[in-house]
Amino acid sequence: MLDVANGHTTRYRPAAGGVVISWPDHDAPAATGWPHRHLLDVDQLSRDELEACLDLAVEMRERRLRRETLDLLSGEVVGLAFCEPSTRTRVSFELAAEALGAQVVELPIDVSSVTKGESLVDTLRTLERTGVTTVILRHSMSGAPYLAARSVPVRIVNAGDGSHAHPTQALLDALTLRDALGSLDGRKIAIVGDIGHSRVARSNLHALTALGASVWLAGPPAWVHGFEAWPGVTVADRLGDALADADAVMTLRIQLEREAGGGVPSLREYTARWGLDADRLAVAQTGAPVLHPGPTNEGVEITADLAASERSLIGTQVVNGVAMRMAVLALLAQ
Amino acid sequence: MSSFGSLGDPAATFVLLGARVIDPSAEADAVRDVAVVDGLLADPATAPSDAPRLDGRGLVAGPGLCDLHVHLREPGMERAETVESGARAAAHGGFTTICAMPNTDPPLDEPARVAMVLDRARNRACRVRVIAAATRGREGELITEIGELAGMGIAGVSDDGSVVASARVARGLLAYLAPLGLPLIEHAEDPALAKGSVMRAGETATRLGLAGWPASAELSIVERDIALAAETGGWVHFTHISTAGGLDAIRRAKARGIHVTCDVTPHHLALTDAWVAGWRGFAWDEPTGIGADPFGAALDAALAYDPACRVNPPLAPREDALALLAGVSDGTIDAIATDHAPHPRERKGVEFGAAAPGMVGLETALSIGLAAVRAGTVELGRLLSALASRPGELIGERRALEAGSLADLVIFDPAARWTVAADGLASASSNTPLLGMELPGVVRMTVAGGRITYRDGLDSTA
Repeated sequence: MLDVANGHTTRYRPAAGGVVISWPDHDAPAATGWPHRHLLDVDQLSRDELEACLDLAVEMRERRLRRETLDLLSGEVVGLAFCEPSTRTRVSFELAAEALGAQVVELPIDVSSVTKGESLVDTLRTLERTGVTTVILRHSMSGAPYLAARSVPVRIVNAGDGSHAHPTQALLDALTLRDALGSLDGRKIAIVGDIGHSRVARSNLHALTALGASVWLAGPPAWVHGFEAWPGVTVADRLGDALADADAVMTLRIQLEREAGGGVPSLREYTARWGLDADRLAVAQTGAPVLHPGPTNEGVEITADLAASERSLIGTQVVNGVAMRMAVLALLAQ
Repeated sequence: MSSFGSLGDPAATFVLLGARVIDPSAEADAVRDVAVVDGLLADPATAPSDAPRLDGRGLVAGPGLCDLHVHLREPGMERAETVESGARAAAHGGFTTICAMPNTDPPLDEPARVAMVLDRARNRACRVRVIAAATRGREGELITEIGELAGMGIAGVSDDGSVVASARVARGLLAYLAPLGLPLIEHAEDPALAKGSVMRAGETATRLGLAGWPASAELSIVERDIALAAETGGWVHFTHISTAGGLDAIRRAKARGIHVTCDVTPHHLALTDAWVAGWRGFAWDEPTGIGADPFGAALDAALAYDPACRVNPPLAPREDALALLAGVSDGTIDAIATDHAPHPRERKGVEFGAAAPGMVGLETALSIGLAAVRAGTVELGRLLSALASRPGELIGERRALEAGSLADLVIFDPAARWTVAADGLASASSNTPLLGMELPGVVRMTVAGGRITYRDGLDSTA
């Protein structure tokens, strides 16, 4: 697929997605054949398109390692609209956009007023008039990117909305898993923690099942209930059932403040019943890797030893995050 | 050409020829002529020879519709709706009486405020009855001066928008209301179970990552109030019932002879929680795509999370809607009431979770009902009973189509279709997910208290 021998004059042609990326030293447009204006969730992507995203991210990762200058987004103005506190996702998008030659502006959004739902559309309209062509939107309310996509003529990339979706996280997780396992077809992936409140989990369910994996969920009943009918998903009664023979395990950040009236009685009890450590992972496939979207509460959902072990892909996820966001921005910018 | 009239107009005289005349209170359904002479129903044979003759062939004439649950936004939010605009919307929808809920700003919790609304309601395009607040400030603690309010002709009391959270206060209200013959109208929703939620719990809510309230939030209050009504002999009316479980509890309570009544909204009969995910089909249609499988289909960016679908109680899963339709057919549900809830654009053009709950319904209720009739889900006589005769009875209004009584009619074309559009609505607001949809049923004339309050065509044949 990739003609590395020609170095800078390579053309990228993933047969699957039908996407053609031409690099700047070519005359052709940066990307053609990508049918989506926005990235709102991975549910909109076919399996071929998912694979194309992953393939392109691999390419981006290699070029970034070689410190190539890529100006696929020159002339574009990417606005970072983070209506909810975020560090890693924002930095990752910022680096990705800058690596592709875009001008990046961080939108001065008053988190308190936006979370009250007063001004998202108005804010985005103002930005569009000032020349922003792509908005990276992080919002505390599920569905906010859909409102944005309907209301404002800019490209919207969902950087996490409420409990609903976090598509670039799911794509980078899928890439990390595909690199580690070769293929996701027929693999058993366990996700442990607060699935109900997790946008990372929902987008991962779409991406991993679309790529052929079966996903097992484990956690306190209030946090995993409701997903039983999701095709390709099994809700386990016991953590051990989810971990047994798993090819990879993902655990999520525990945010106890969200569950004042249910969930688990204490972090201590959560850790005692669902915390990941090397002993519990013994029932998984030998060497099965461990993922976490970060930031981790070491000693709560995962032990510090496990997070720092060779099985941990947490650092790789961060590296892949920038490459995946470069790929997404390049695909959308036609 | 359509036009509006008012209750202050001269009394009407006309003869409607050859319409299908349905009077659910008499279980009558026949093609015949209807005469209105000086505002009173009359024997067509005795109508004056110069009375205008109207061609009623293909039309249905029935009792004027009666809505037990409407939000007029006067006082406090007049740009969303006034008594005047709400009454016009009602006449356009075939309603001759609407009951205004008290959650205005300030709320209708004292006689002077109720009197102000009743004053504004005079000579409008329909009768406007007031439901007074059950507790002062709708705060759920001190009950309002219900004795004096009863003397002003209120239709009942309610803290709608909220439940009367304290069982002790609810019990006191039912006991106090019992000798007055007025209902406590309950918005059955347990505040603790509903806290933080923006839709009904279920697969669609799980799919969308939206917090949902469980059906038990309604059932627990329904069971509580049934017990209180049984103990006190008071009358509890549950408005906008939206769960199969709540409905079953009401059915059992009725069988035990407890004084319980209820209504359902057109949107809880016809729309489902899948609308929040972007599905656009009625409950009686076979679902496809995201409507059939919330997890397996991609969201449609144009339709998902539409704030117009945010309503409280939230739209329910299809099984509940089908149970509610059955409840209309078997008479467990006394009335279809719209919960007409106008909101200005700035309160709806926001994130789903930030949008004000509610949708307008006065001008689409009959059409939604007729769509259910066309689908074979509800029988037309039952529909008109639930939209007109039975709710009228509950607030002490007779709507029998008998010679000598004041004419109170809706005349509509059940086969004609129309497309719901903001500029075609008489309401000051247009917050409904039905915009752009084509629906059956066009109101040709509304006659309230012997006056023509709305007319669309239906000109004299001679």
